[in-house]
Amino acid sequence: MSKHVEPAAPAQPGQFEPRIVAFFCNWCTYTAADLAGVSRLKYAPNVRVIRVMCSGRVDPQFVLEAFAKGADGVLLGGCHPGDCHYAEGNYKTLRRMRMLERMLRDMGIKDGRFRLEWISGAEGDKVRTTVNDMTAKVRALGPLDLPGKFAEWDKEIEELEARVGSESAPEVAHAR
Amino acid sequence: MPDKPKVAFYWCASCGGCEEAVVDLAEDILKVVEAVDIVLWPVAMDFKKADVEARPDKSIAVAFINGAIRTSEQEEWVRMLRRKAQMVVSFGACANSGGIPALANQFKKEEILKYVYEDCPGVDNPSKTRPQLETVDQGRTVTLPEFRNMVRSLDEVIEVDYYLPGCPPTPKLISAAVGAILAGKLPPKGTVLSPDNSLCEECKRKDSKPADLALAEFKRPHQVHIDPEKCLLAQGLVCMGPATRAGCEARCPEGNMPCTGCFGPSSRVRDQGAKFISSVFSNIAPKEEKDIDAVLDGIPDPIGTFYRYGLSKCILRRKLN
Repeated sequence: MSKHVEPAAPAQPGQFEPRIVAFFCNWCTYTAADLAGVSRLKYAPNVRVIRVMCSGRVDPQFVLEAFAKGADGVLLGGCHPGDCHYAEGNYKTLRRMRMLERMLRDMGIKDGRFRLEWISGAEGDKVRTTVNDMTAKVRALGPLDLPGKFAEWDKEIEELEARVGSESAPEVAHAR
Repeated sequence: MPDKPKVAFYWCASCGGCEEAVVDLAEDILKVVEAVDIVLWPVAMDFKKADVEARPDKSIAVAFINGAIRTSEQEEWVRMLRRKAQMVVSFGACANSGGIPALANQFKKEEILKYVYEDCPGVDNPSKTRPQLETVDQGRTVTLPEFRNMVRSLDEVIEVDYYLPGCPPTPKLISAAVGAILAGKLPPKGTVLSPDNSLCEECKRKDSKPADLALAEFKRPHQVHIDPEKCLLAQGLVCMGPATRAGCEARCPEGNMPCTGCFGPSSRVRDQGAKFISSVFSNIAPKEEKDIDAVLDGIPDPIGTFYRYGLSKCILRRKLN
């Protein structure tokens, strides 16, 4: 265990604080996060950890849903290759997440907002460095704010709805 | 003679294939025409917007609306039909989930207009003229509908009662839906009028689908001599069957072509493309990143492949740019 514990960078006033959803597997990465806790390792408070039984339980739909609900980043942690409690779960994760990363890139989600890391139960310090590093990188990318973008996109149809709803809806010459 | 139920058909951003599917009812269409009064069908009959507007609200029994929504004119029409109709059926992949037109959600409105009116080979437009919402010509003002920032599914604009899936819906599903409506035997509101399981369930090749696909390579249909009996995924072809709703009776696989996903997902799936990634890509053969990437290179256009008919219904909704 590392002795020279660096605290997470102190928050600057007014600085953007990213929200990162983390899916950690029960057997390795979540245990590592526990170890980080009992070892009193300080890391950025920006992650919201969700414990799953295996990284292979994480459906790409969960990742998209997290972004759509307002996450600025999604971190997925599982056992190292060969160490999966269910033998092959993390290989399934690796393959489908390589594909998901390509899809996210094509949808304009910048590299770094989604991250897959292998962290064993003994690597409490890797939880700290990974979370700190990801928080700094996502902070540099800025807010993703999909809920805000969705609201913005929907404005153009809401405007028309208000207009059509009123009795004085304008006659539309082109549609006659 | 008692009044027959009044039915409207309308099209938005669509190709006309859904209209073709109605005509494909063949002689059964006569039964439909006998049972209902068609009050609007732009592709086949001469009714004007004013004719529909003049009808009392809720006086149309059903409006079948196909096509995605891109322009302000389409929004106005579908809102009007929603007011006039007791029931709205979203008809076909474009209305349900954006369809092919929704692939335009990978581009900004400005990129599209610039390409179409300036950069497209064959365009001769030195003054870079573009259509305007309003133009005054000889003292008269002419208007055009507004081209919106994105392509939307019908249910993003108005409330929809039922969905008929497919590009286009099959005559069999259309007949069944019309029959159910006329008989008043309808499932709960919001239902997709097609069996709620995956296409693989009704595919004749199902028995040859291995539990572990262990694919080492993806191929495109023209690159292989396709075995007409064997599961298409097992042959390395991207067949969307596992993430697609049943109901078409696996017509494409039966014709030796992989499913492209036009029926959209079943009710247990939120996002068709993400679910397909989940189910198929976890089962490719390699274990090392470099080798995995080599297999994935066989899919040059992930969005166009996984969301060919459904980009409007992707959880992310459109490309962020």
